[in-house]
Amino acid sequence: MSGNTDFTPPPASLFSAGRIGAMALRYFYLLRNSWPRLIEMAYWPTMQMILWGFVTKFFIGESSWIAGAAGVLLAGVLLWDILFRGQMGFAICFLEEMWSRNLGHLFVSPLRPHEFVAALMTMSLVRTLIGALPPALLAIVFYQFSIFSLGLPLVAFMACLFFMGWGVGLLVIGVILRFGLGAESLAWVLVFAFAPISAVYYPVETMPEWLQTVAWCTPSAYVFEGMRAVLFDGDFRLDLIAGAMVMNVIYFAIGAFIFWLAYRSARRDGRLLQLGE
Amino acid sequence: MSKAVIDVRDLEKRYGAVHAVRGVGFTAEAGTTVGLLGGNGAGKTTTIAMMLGLLEPTGGSVSILGCDMATDRYRALPFMNFSSPYVDLPHRLTVRENLMVYARLYSVPDPKTRIAELAMQLDMEDFMNRPSGKLSAGQKTRVALAKALINTPKVLLLDEPTASLDPDTGDWIRTYLETYQRENGATLLLASHNMQEVERLCSKVLMMRKGEIVDRGSPADLLAKYGRKTMDEVFLDVARQTGAANRKQEDRETA
Repeated sequence: MSGNTDFTPPPASLFSAGRIGAMALRYFYLLRNSWPRLIEMAYWPTMQMILWGFVTKFFIGESSWIAGAAGVLLAGVLLWDILFRGQMGFAICFLEEMWSRNLGHLFVSPLRPHEFVAALMTMSLVRTLIGALPPALLAIVFYQFSIFSLGLPLVAFMACLFFMGWGVGLLVIGVILRFGLGAESLAWVLVFAFAPISAVYYPVETMPEWLQTVAWCTPSAYVFEGMRAVLFDGDFRLDLIAGAMVMNVIYFAIGAFIFWLAYRSARRDGRLLQLGE
Repeated sequence: MSKAVIDVRDLEKRYGAVHAVRGVGFTAEAGTTVGLLGGNGAGKTTTIAMMLGLLEPTGGSVSILGCDMATDRYRALPFMNFSSPYVDLPHRLTVRENLMVYARLYSVPDPKTRIAELAMQLDMEDFMNRPSGKLSAGQKTRVALAKALINTPKVLLLDEPTASLDPDTGDWIRTYLETYQRENGATLLLASHNMQEVERLCSKVLMMRKGEIVDRGSPADLLAKYGRKTMDEVFLDVARQTGAANRKQEDRETA
């Protein structure tokens, strides 16, 4: 018998791209094995885009504001979807582990919680792009509006919205980890609480003054104001991007803290073994 | 003197006023199998969860492969693994896909070869491309074991590894575990209700009741001590002393 009496494990790595890749592979397999999931990802964004495309066509003749930048509503729809899908993709991948009662296996593997979060971010990016690309291309064909005409600012807007989605996503999975699957609907609904104050389809100044203060506490309001500045004035407002980034740091820090608290409490109360359907 | 691969000292888990585990301590040397025995709610799964780091102990310490599991568990985890009926593998992924994901999580070199090897050894070749959720109980147990062995662990924690299996499959799994241990010098911790399994595999048995170790020794020692012919009878002797109290504690833990 070759015993392991004298075996001493080598120091563990703090971060492994291989382990993040393994988790991304797990979600890739899931998508590959389920074509309805793939179709569903692009279905709602496409429907939204078609609906708002007709609304835009109608308002171009009726509203001088819309006529000033025909793509403002469509750009709003497509960018809002980045935030919504980014947050949902993040939380749904986590829910997949709870639905399949797999968290116990994952948390006794060498996968560290921050690597797990990095894998969720990666898959949120992939899932959102799968969902957002078809409607973005259809908008060019049907309504002669290309979101890509925003140019480089589009990358900045998308990055800010993804980060906000991940911050909110961390908060959501933290709450689900703490309170169980009874709270899973948060993965779908929480982000909509930000819709009225994100100034997606109307400027922040449309809101009552007190609500404007609240709106400026969301990264998304800066992004959508920035989007309108590009579309109406051709002006890429770095101050608005900076505002979004500062807010994102706060959102991400709060989300990460809530997740950390929930993970710690799950380890203390033994919920990592019990979580599931 | 050989160094203990598993060293558990004065382990304790309290939920409010309820002691789920109290004062548990034992060691396991390389290449040995330790059995955790006890009725439902005796504290076996709680002890294993604390050893893995899934559950934070209220007191005491766990050291595995020389690593303190409270502060340094990520050093030990690549060389450990476990299987439990309380956790599943993703149902929609095929057996092969599940094993590939875990092979990569454990940084197994040449994962395809390792998976093929396990598929052959555990007789899983016929259902490697079937979704894990569509397997029979026996097939699921073999897949869970394959996942637990994917990284050729030096320490293997098995919570009821042959529960719900027919006697033939159960015996087959036990033979496989014996072979694995002989070839790899692995240290096994086994929580089980199957006394034949314990008698056959374990060199040391810890009898648990109400979260505490109430007796310990080799199966032969315990048989002699209780004056019984089988471990089933020893188990009943220990469990029936406070069977009703155990159920009450289990109810409290579940609540």
